[in-house]
Amino acid sequence: METIEKVIKIVSEATKVDASNIKAETNFIDDLNLDSLDMVEMMMKMEEEFGVEIPEDKTEDLKTINDVTNFLKTIN
Amino acid sequence: MFATKITGTGKFHPEKVMTNDDLSKMVDTSDEWIMQRTGIKERRIANPETEYPSGMAFYAAQDAIKNAGLEPNDISLIIFSVTLPDYLFPNTASQLQTKLGISNECACMDINAACTGWVYGLQMADALIKTGVHKHVLVVGTEMTSAFNNWEDRSSCVLFGDGAGATVLSQNEDNDGAQFIDSILSCDGTKSGSLILKKGGSKSPITHEVLDNKEQFVSMEGQIVFKNAVKTMSRHCATLLKRNNLTTEDIDWFVPHQANLRIIETTAKLLEYPMDKVICNVEKYANTSSASIPAAVHEAFTDGRIKRGQTVLFAAFGAGLTSGAVLLKF
Repeated sequence: METIEKVIKIVSEATKVDASNIKAETNFIDDLNLDSLDMVEMMMKMEEEFGVEIPEDKTEDLKTINDVTNFLKTIN
Repeated sequence: MFATKITGTGKFHPEKVMTNDDLSKMVDTSDEWIMQRTGIKERRIANPETEYPSGMAFYAAQDAIKNAGLEPNDISLIIFSVTLPDYLFPNTASQLQTKLGISNECACMDINAACTGWVYGLQMADALIKTGVHKHVLVVGTEMTSAFNNWEDRSSCVLFGDGAGATVLSQNEDNDGAQFIDSILSCDGTKSGSLILKKGGSKSPITHEVLDNKEQFVSMEGQIVFKNAVKTMSRHCATLLKRNNLTTEDIDWFVPHQANLRIIETTAKLLEYPMDKVICNVEKYANTSSASIPAAVHEAFTDGRIKRGQTVLFAAFGAGLTSGAVLLKF
């Protein structure tokens, strides 16, 4: 599975938003109404699923599905 | 070796209630916003004339000693967890000793492990009781958070409340199986800047400039604290279970630090522990720092949820970043 597909699947499962409505440019806060603590939990799920560590100071730069996908590609 | 038993519990919360609606008149916030993010409905605010740390602790400790069936002079050590004490010195434990009328010259010390302080105190008290150094130790967690709360910062001022919790730990002479099973304490000082009261200590004393810039209050990076809290507390609990050959099903009650409902829920989820067996009162009192667990334990023991003979797990997390967990047969 492509990284972006896996990211969308994780976000869809966590937010209960249908995967077909989540695009590369979907913004976690503006489009999915996540708050700052939801974002931390989302990044913890990414860490678990991808087996990586996302630095705490990085979380606020990861605003969209694309941001997360690109970041995961750079550290994988 | 002796077994350590919690023989008495007590708590105190100030009378003055501050609701989310009250706060929404002071800062740009709302009941809905606070409830969704924290699960907190209201908190208690101390009257600084009488409800400073040793003042609040007195009521909690008096009850704990009475409930243990003891007299104040039976206590040979007071461990007082507090981050913003009555005075920088002498310690707050000495002020409590005087208020309780203890005349036996018992040892008195304050510890500062922030919200984890009471759990830190438990491990120390247990070690000293087990080895026969002390017979009855009073461990108090008290915090007057309203004194360092920035009432103009809506991201932090909604989180905290004032209160006290007290516990008497004793050598178990009842032969009823009550005992401390195991405990873990930890600290990651590299992240200490994420929850800090930067000014007012020897390194950065209060100056006119500090007051003008309102830097004498708590500052917190919520996301870092949240992530470390849920990961560390769940990890410590899992370690305690594993090394004592127990599973979550063996735990009758889990009493985590009452910081925020979301932290409690996520910790329980990571631990795969059911929320209906988690003791929770954060909606009434908000985060009262190291007072939160002893006060919640007192409530749950008094109303009959926690019973003698049950296996109970405590976990705490706070500035430092400190953390700890205690497993015991109540």
